Order: sequence, then structure tokens, then C-alpha cells
Amino acid sequence: MADLNKFLPDEAFALDVEAADWRDAIRLAGRGLVNAGFTTDAYTDEMIGTVEKMGPYIVIAPGLALAHSRPSDAVLNTGLSWVRLSTPVEFGNKNNDPVSLVIGLAGRDENEHIEVMSAIASALTSKDKTAALADAKTPDDIRRVLGA
Amino acid sequence: MNILCVCGNGIGTSVLLKVNVESVASDLGLDVTVTTSDAGSAKGTANMNDLVLTSAELAPELEGTTTPVEVIHNFMDTDEIQEVLERNM
Repeated sequence: MADLNKFLPDEAFALDVEAADWRDAIRLAGRGLVNAGFTTDAYTDEMIGTVEKMGPYIVIAPGLALAHSRPSDAVLNTGLSWVRLSTPVEFGNKNNDPVSLVIGLAGRDENEHIEVMSAIASALTSKDKTAALADAKTPDDIRRVLGA
Repeated sequence: MNILCVCGNGIGTSVLLKVNVESVASDLGLDVTVTTSDAGSAKGTANMNDLVLTSAELAPELEGTTTPVEVIHNFMDTDEIQEVLERNM
């Protein structure tokens, strides 16, 4: 079982917040990563740069964006952030817009986060758990759904 | 069957896709080896695989590879992944 308290601590969450646009939404995800001690501010710019360079491919499922960039000096530790938007925003992805959940990911390599990614994948492929995550009131509730 | 999951950086969306592909393959009783890659290096490694999975935005970057490239629209939809795997068996 992934150590969710380590990879998704309270500081990494922003629940039911407003974002002006997709850049703002990624900035919120970046702030969660910085607050949790996973990245420096430079990583936030790198995540935005990834979308500017490669398009909104990070919107991988309806309503879900996985904001991330590649391992770099701006990544201090492997971890994630969780931003639930009160008003969904458009990323320009024709299949999966608008986005209501932005998960920020900072990885030092492609392996360290595989367990927590497995927990997230397992939850978000389940309709019941996806609904529970949208309704969850606190970070603890969200970690409980991911860990179930 | 060797499957390559491709995303922009090789650590994020492709890892999520790999997890789901492995889970679907296991349910189907398929013997698969799933690896991940960033779009830049995928052109070199694609030909060593039997199937390449990626997103609609990144598929054009893989043009010219001889391995079949399939687009997954919803990485969290195991039915879509299953349909693609069955079509390429």
C-alpha cells in the first residue's frame, strides 16, 4: 500500500477553489507541491510549459488533468498535489474538457511514485470511488478513498 | 506482447496508463510487458514493441513508426483500454 500521508500530505490539497483559467489551475497544483515541500516554484512554470509545448494531453480523462513536468532540479521530493475546482475550467482538450480535478505530480524518477499512482488509477477507474472523491470533505476523506 | 505507453515526459500520464493496461490485461488473461516512455525517445523504442498507446495530442509525434499506434481518449476507462487491447491481439 502506498504511503498516502507521505505522497499526499494535508498541505498538498486545495479543495473547492476557484481558478481563472488552466494556467491558474496548474499554479494551484504547483502551490500544493511547493507547500508540501516537493518542488520549488520553478517546477510550476515547468508544468505550465509542458502544456504550452505539447498541448493539453495532460487532460487524460473527462474532468481530470495530471499536471506534471519531467524530473529536474526543481523537484525536491516525489509527491502529488490535489486541486478540486469549484468551477471547472477549459484546458483546450476536445475530448475531456472541462477539468474539475487537477492532480499535480512531481517525480524524481519514473518508479518512486508508482504505488501512489496505482492507488489513484484504481480509484479513478471506479465510478463509485470517483464520485466519493468528488464528495469528500477533507484530505483525510480523500486519502481514505484512495487507500480503500 | 510488449506494449509501450507514451506521454510527454514519460513519468506521469504514461505511468497511469501502464497501471490500467496491466490491470485490464490481467483481467483478460493476457501476458503483456508494459513500459513507459516520453514522446521524444518513443520513436526509437516503438519498433521494439507490438503496440504503442498514447493520447490524441501526442500521436502525431509517433508518425512513421511501423508499430501500430492506438490513441486512448480516456485513460481511466478500462472498457476503452480493453477494446483496444482486444483489437490488437
